[in-house]
This record gives sequence, structure tokens and C-alpha cells, in this order.
Amino acid sequence: MFSKVLIANRGEIAVRVLRAAKELGITTVAVYSDPDRESLSVRLADEAVPLGGAKSADSYLNIPKLIRAARETHADAIHPGYGFLSESTAFSEACAEAGVTFIGPTVENLRLSGNKLDAKQTMRAAGIPIIPGSLDGIGSFFEATRVANEIGYPVILKAAAGGGGRGMRICNDRAALEEEFPIARAEASAAFGDGTMYIEKLITNARHVEVQVLGDGRGGAVHLGERNCSVQRRHQKLIEESPSPGLPPYVRDGLCAAAVQGVRHMRYQNAGTMEFLVDPEGHFYFMEINARIQVEHPVTEMVTGVDLVKEQFKIAAGEPTLAENNTSHVGCAIECRINAEDPESSFLPSPGKIESVLLPGGPGVRIDTHIFAGYEVPIYYDTLLAKLIVHGRDREEAMARLLRCLDEFEVAPIQTTIPLHRRILRDPDFRAGRYYTDFLTRYVAEEEEDE
Amino acid sequence: MPSGPNHIVEVKAPIAGIFYRAASPEDPPYIEIGSTVSPKQVLCLLETMKVFTKVRSVVPGKVVEILVQNGETVGKGQTMVLIEHA
Repeated sequence: MFSKVLIANRGEIAVRVLRAAKELGITTVAVYSDPDRESLSVRLADEAVPLGGAKSADSYLNIPKLIRAARETHADAIHPGYGFLSESTAFSEACAEAGVTFIGPTVENLRLSGNKLDAKQTMRAAGIPIIPGSLDGIGSFFEATRVANEIGYPVILKAAAGGGGRGMRICNDRAALEEEFPIARAEASAAFGDGTMYIEKLITNARHVEVQVLGDGRGGAVHLGERNCSVQRRHQKLIEESPSPGLPPYVRDGLCAAAVQGVRHMRYQNAGTMEFLVDPEGHFYFMEINARIQVEHPVTEMVTGVDLVKEQFKIAAGEPTLAENNTSHVGCAIECRINAEDPESSFLPSPGKIESVLLPGGPGVRIDTHIFAGYEVPIYYDTLLAKLIVHGRDREEAMARLLRCLDEFEVAPIQTTIPLHRRILRDPDFRAGRYYTDFLTRYVAEEEEDE
Repeated sequence: MPSGPNHIVEVKAPIAGIFYRAASPEDPPYIEIGSTVSPKQVLCLLETMKVFTKVRSVVPGKVVEILVQNGETVGKGQTMVLIEHA
């Protein structure tokens, strides 16, 4: 096992990784930008290195600064978290050159998964169904209209280097495509440093169901069941749960088998997620592979008892990970993402100083967060403040527990998604498990539609 | 706020963020000094916590001043653009 790990990230995931590392007896090094000087990961880490700068490009996306920090602190491994450089081949190669283990997939895995188009082609070759759309990058608005005319509107614009909803836009017609194309591309460039876009047909009444996998990099892989992440706004997940309600067992088995087949085919190494859309008839389509630990990983941890971040460390260190698809799943887990966004005002981000925080607790409750009273939410990074995850014997108990926790949870004075979660947990369709990826549109104000 | 012909309308940031004059470095700026704008026309983008917000004109008129440099951080309520109401 490693002796010292540098955590090349910020926010709640930096804290999450740090905790796993400490429990494994690994010394931790945090890195931080100027606005993150007072962050929780800096406070909890054994050592902390300033990166300077505020914008991501000057800090958490700056490979030379991160490698220098790893060298200076003699770290023998780097954990990239999610987002930022977690799926960057350039970063993985820079780590290898510096003699530091990148805790993540192989460079070959990253080349494939990092380009969503290549991933689609590979999964198609492995016999897994994919969503109709462009199999090459779209360079201009005119090229975009050509493909959209071919597959028919509505279409969805996606960033080839994307993830987490950035650079994604649904376009109902040519006019929307013309307005959104450059903005989506700019968002993609800003978030990922790559503005390559592609287009897919929008599948309606679909459920977003994803399979958690662990691969050993030698063709061995297991799945740890699935998560339903259909409560999304602009493809940014808000609620995730496992097991997925309304999913017939034969579809679940088919999905999990396809996921394992896909990751074995590419000799995947690391924790990862195979994302699918499931239509009302139970057909499923591969969307993308997320070659990283995901935001919603605690949902799977709560039902399986497996610490996925520790498994990442083990795999990267060449130690054995789970070998069989026989993880036992107990009860139901649901996660709510508490974001610094105002659901009453088009989800406008709400940065600023947090004066007071009251965290819920009690049995079956887990909170992954980096916030505290006095913490200043910077404007430079994403809006995720906390993840509230509950576990119950069944979905009924999990929902009751979640509502109880949401009623306890207070963050002031900034706006958060907590009030929206309270409404969703009382929605009859959500409670019945009858919800699709367009579910949240019923809670989004009309004027937002033209955005 | 004064409105009607010949009044100067201050376009303020609805939110703190990084001010951008164009959709991307490759795209032309939404407006220049002297540009004629119509209501709902996009004037600039603000990037806040990875989210881009379009700031639109509420009046028809002419851009008389752009007070912020591209890439600069603005505070909530800060005046970014001055428009002479047509």
C-alpha cells in the first residue's frame, strides 16, 4: 500500500478521499487554491500545499503545479477525486513520468472513456446497444444541424470530454441549437479544456440507471448493483437511489451483465460506472462510462457495505479487490445533493458566506460535506455543498428517514436545494417510484425553458 | 429607476461571477460600445460556480459603456454595462 497520497481535488470529495486514506494508514497531502485556504480538507490533511490562483485552470486543473506539489511532499500516489483531472490522460501520464501512482484507470482506459464518442463505438463493438447520434465530433453549428435533421429533434448536445452535465443542452429545434451550440461548447471548454461536441437523439420517458463496477485492469471485473439517477436538472443529478424502483429484475440483470461485459472488454482498472438509459419498454442503451469515483458512490456503499474509495486504493496498489459478483445488497439507500442553488429562482448559484449549519443525524444517516459555519462558498467551483445519504430496511423507511433529515437540515443564509428535496420526497410519483429523467421539469419555473 | 427615452440604464450583475463578453474566445463579443440592442438581447455571460448565466437587456437602446474587462470577477449588483434607452 502507498505511504503518502496527494489529493488533487477540493470540496467534499477531497474530504472523503482523505478519510479513506487515513483509515488505510496513508499520510495525506491536501492542495488548495487561494479561495480554499480555509477549507476542511486543508484543516484535516497531514500536510497542505498551496497551488495559488483561484480559477480551476490556475489551480486544480494545473498539472505542473500538482506534480510539483507531489514531488515536494514525496507523495507516492495521487488521488484525483472526481471532475477536474480525474479522467485526464495528460495528468495520468504526468504522474507516471514523475514516478507517482495515479489512483485511477490506465491511460488506455482513459483515452477510451474520456472520449465519449470512442467509448460509444467500443461498446457498440462489444455488442452493447447505444443511443442513435453522431459517432464523430461536431465542429460547427451547420454540422450540428445536419446530424440533428438526420436523427430528428429533439436532440441533446453533449461534450465528448464531458461529465456531470456541463456542456449538455437539450435542443427542441434548429433555433435552440443555433443559440445553445456556442454556449455549450464554451461550458465544455471551461469545464474540461476540450470543446468537442456530439449529438444524440433525446430518449423520452427514460430512466437513468447506472451500474457500479470495479475492474482490476487485467480483464477481471465485478458489478456492485445499480443506481437510479433519474431526478436530474439539465443532466445534473439531484437524487440517486439503489435499488432502482420500477426496474424489472430481468432488466437489472441484463444491465449489470452488459456493464461487466463492457468493462472486461476494455480491461478496465479502477472503480467506475457504466451509465445507461432505460426506456419504458425496458430496452437499455449505453450512454457513457465514468472512469472515476462518482459523486453518488455512497449510495452503493450504503447498500453493499463496500468502501469504494478504499477499493480504488487497493486496485491502484495491485492488491486484490472483489472477485465475485456476489456482493450482498441490504435495504435501500437514497442520496440528496445539497447544492448552493436557489430552486425558487431558476437554480441560480448562491455563493457566499455560510453563517450557520445544522446537520441532521441519527441512525442510517451519512453526510459527506466540507462545509461548516463561517465557510465561504467560492464562485469559482461547483455548487455541491453536501450529500445527504440515508439507508433504510426498505424504500419506505429510507424515504421517511430522508424527509426527517431534510426537515432537520439547515444552511443559512445562502440558498440551497434543501426545500426542493423536501417537495420531491412528498411527490406522489417519486414516492411510487414512477419517475423519469424529465421528472424535475414539473418543479422548474416556466421562464427557464428558453435558457 | 428612471426609464423611458434617453435615460441611461445600468445593467447590474444579478449574481457574483466571472464576466465574459462572448460565448467563447472564438466567438465575437455579444456587444461593443455603440451597439444597438433590443429587449431580451444577450449582453454578456456570467460564470458562477461553473454555471453560465446570460444577462439580457431589458430595454431597447444603444450601448454607451462597458465597465468590466473580459474575465474579470464582478460582485452581485455591480454595474457592468450602460445602455442609453432608445
